Amino acid sequence: MWLSRSLLVGLALLGTLLVMFLAGLQAGLLVLLGLGFGLVLQGFRFGFTTGWRQLILQRNPGGVYGQMLLMSLAVVLSVPLTLAHPGEIVGAIAPISWSLILGAFVFGLMMQLADGCGSGTLYKAGAASSLSWVVLPSFIVGSTVGASHQPAWLALGGPLDGLSTTGDPLVIDLGQALGAPSAILLSLAGCGLVTYFAWQRARSRPQQMSDCEGCPPSLKPWLVGGLLLAILYLVHLVVAGQPWGIVYGLGLWGAKIGAGLGLDWSGDAFWGQAPHAQRLLDPVLWDITTLTNFGLLYGSMMAARWAGPPKTSAADQALRPIHWLIGLMAGLVMGYTSRLAFGCNIGGFLGGVASASLHGWVWFAMAFLGSLIGVRIRLKVKMP
Amino acid sequence: MRQAAPLVFWALALILVSLDHLGADRPRLEPPPIALGSGQLASGGHCSGR
Repeated sequence: MWLSRSLLVGLALLGTLLVMFLAGLQAGLLVLLGLGFGLVLQGFRFGFTTGWRQLILQRNPGGVYGQMLLMSLAVVLSVPLTLAHPGEIVGAIAPISWSLILGAFVFGLMMQLADGCGSGTLYKAGAASSLSWVVLPSFIVGSTVGASHQPAWLALGGPLDGLSTTGDPLVIDLGQALGAPSAILLSLAGCGLVTYFAWQRARSRPQQMSDCEGCPPSLKPWLVGGLLLAILYLVHLVVAGQPWGIVYGLGLWGAKIGAGLGLDWSGDAFWGQAPHAQRLLDPVLWDITTLTNFGLLYGSMMAARWAGPPKTSAADQALRPIHWLIGLMAGLVMGYTSRLAFGCNIGGFLGGVASASLHGWVWFAMAFLGSLIGVRIRLKVKMP
Repeated sequence: MRQAAPLVFWALALILVSLDHLGADRPRLEPPPIALGSGQLASGGHCSGR
């Protein structure tokens, strides 16, 4: 056991040192942060998809409580920083566009079929979930294509365009508009409201409802996981100067592989424009989200293998060909729609809410609506 | 599949990242290790599309 653990830690340190040597100290720090994200997500089974599904089906609110704790801490810690250090530390600010509304809804539906959002797919792949290894490659392809189409979707505008003075889809940055105290209070009120609704749903749980299968035995893992992720989120913001993200890096991998295979992105509406065109030319190890994604994948693998090689789960054994096909399609659509919605649960939801940008809450509302449908389809097709 | 996929991924990642790194011809202006207090504008790619 000690040999395999030493090997896991040794390889993590070796990889971090190698990245540091090739891409600098900041890059090494970002890999370490990614390792931390992976260890916490897998170690505490902190999944957005699972948390929502348990609330919808079993009326178990633990996951949503943990997520709201994470959001609350992240907004309290990060909004003052972004306002005090404009430019140097930036938030995830995005417009209320039709692309966000549609993209988040479809993403929320598909993440239930794929059994993981952006971070969930990565950490479950790291933990050797077979389905996630099918979802991940198609997610990468979808994300690359979705980014390429993002400007066309943005051109459709948004529902609040009439309130915009610039003619572009309306951006509502509560921190800039109201100042840090009011922005934080409003965001905390949003978290409180969601927590209240989750509590109400749990209270209405019928006595005869079966025990929550796969739910953590207590609330503690969700709350400790949320607390640790909030700390890592803050450190990432301080080190990188921008919020934690997942999807941009995946799209960049796809675009780079495409370029390697001879695709010419120079005329592309997204990948052919600054600053993305330059990132295609630069080494991938200079990209912030790539570094944390690599770290996350390895960190979750470390957590999953700490007690020995992971055993084949019952869910893995129950997968049928139709489930592989659904996973493949869900990954593709998730990758595409995550770019329309300015990110997944991490970049769009956590990043948006923690930056006091209203788009984060719109993302959550639409993705949760999508998940309400997604969990029912999941039951119909008997996804394990 | 669940045993082979991670191995294939990391092997491919190692090969592609090495090729990608060797193929780049621009010297790196290394960013400050910590963005906070550096005085430099954040420049990394992000999901919100910057």
